[in-house]
Amino acid sequence: MLKRAFKTWFLWELLIGLSVTGRYLFKKKITIEYPEQKTPLSPRFRGLHALRRYESGEERCIACKLCEVVCPATAIWIESEERDDGSRRTTRYDIDFSKCIYCGFCQEACPVDAIVETQEFEYACETRSGLYYDKEMLLANGDRYEKQISANLAADARYS
Amino acid sequence: MTPIDMAIQAGIWALEILAIAAPVALSVAYITYFERRIIGWVQVRQGCNRVGPAGLLQPLADGLKLFLKETIIPARANKLLFVGAPLMSLVPALIAFAVVPFGETSLFGIWETPHVMAISNLNMGLLYVMAISSLSIYGVLMAGWASNSKYPIIGSIRSTCQMISYEIAMGFGLVTVMMLAGSLNLADIVNAQAGGILHWYMIPLFPMLIVYFISGCAEVGRTPFDLTETEELVSGYHTEYSGMWFATFSLAEYGAMILISLMTSILFLGGWHAPIAALDIIPGTFWLLGKSAFLIFVFIWFRATFPRYRYDQMMRLGWKIFLPWTLGWIFVVGLFIYTPGLDGIIDFWLAWR
Repeated sequence: MLKRAFKTWFLWELLIGLSVTGRYLFKKKITIEYPEQKTPLSPRFRGLHALRRYESGEERCIACKLCEVVCPATAIWIESEERDDGSRRTTRYDIDFSKCIYCGFCQEACPVDAIVETQEFEYACETRSGLYYDKEMLLANGDRYEKQISANLAADARYS
Repeated sequence: MTPIDMAIQAGIWALEILAIAAPVALSVAYITYFERRIIGWVQVRQGCNRVGPAGLLQPLADGLKLFLKETIIPARANKLLFVGAPLMSLVPALIAFAVVPFGETSLFGIWETPHVMAISNLNMGLLYVMAISSLSIYGVLMAGWASNSKYPIIGSIRSTCQMISYEIAMGFGLVTVMMLAGSLNLADIVNAQAGGILHWYMIPLFPMLIVYFISGCAEVGRTPFDLTETEELVSGYHTEYSGMWFATFSLAEYGAMILISLMTSILFLGGWHAPIAALDIIPGTFWLLGKSAFLIFVFIWFRATFPRYRYDQMMRLGWKIFLPWTLGWIFVVGLFIYTPGLDGIIDFWLAWR
């Protein structure tokens, strides 16, 4: 009774609240200030797609169209023909990133590890057409991020 | 008085007003910045730190944005009152600064006696501040009425009720200060507290300090009592306002917050006197502004800590707790002053004996 009156009239609970916020005032801030600092990404991070090549420079994609079939958002278009040396290659490989849901099924479906998703996620643009990537752009992505892609595939290999 | 003398006098007044109003406006802008940063720090994040070094240009960016926004006046609103209401709340918050003494100076020994640094060293200063700060209630009422809309009028009645209720507790709290100081002149009240922390009125009037400061929160509409801006009650009297006219209401709120902090430091925390008499070599204005800055920080600290009061709880606090406490403390102080034997204890704080 006396204790309760003391707590009421000396605003005890309010002082406890103030002390808690007062302590947090000096705590280390956990904000990650994005353009300067970035969060660590998993090797399995699913970002911008890339088409890879073999070390010889030959593109990996054999136009089996498994990715096109498995794609739940139908974001991939593939057209193919027989090349002069008799191998089947794509003439068109387009991904519409405004449709893509980044599920990673294409990467899983691919028998030759040709289509992969990189850790790149800063490719925002001002037009919808800017999100439409054709074969050359995807191959260029593959060339640009090959180091990152192979490192991530190696890091993830023992779990898959 | 010749016309030239009058013109000179008017010029001096204009300069004095500018010397007070410009820093007040500037500090209002930067209090919003520090409020956002401090609340951010309490919530373990950074707060605004993007515009300029450490975000210091944020208030300018905000001000620019507000000036460029359109002020929508509802079609069925009373235009004159709608435009006049924000001014009606801002102007009292600013003109109350006319009597606030910011310190005493002899201008490096040029004047023989120290002069009080106030636009007007009014003998009824305390009463003037109380009277003027009550006037801002009219702004609230006008805003609600002029909007010609249900929720603003309900909100304005709610806010008016809150402000009037807490003004009573505030006024009675100040009566105890008058009883000890024996004066309504703010400079005399401060000088009655000269000579170190033990002479400050916060010791004999500690409950009144708490009551005054918390009532100040309610009067200004700061966080435990910010029912004026509750989203779940459809904001308050300024629901229909937008752009710069809306910002004028917050300008008035922050101006009143500075005023309450200055008044609390003047009335209870010894004004421009240092806590230890030896530290008086530091100019008094710094002490006064330092104390007020701390109290403003406490306002922000409250905002970062406390949830909002429910309306009936707020009314209960004002009428059933603060009012009896202030009345009781007036009685206690009177008892100490007029009882032989007890008056020896209180003599220490009694300037007019």
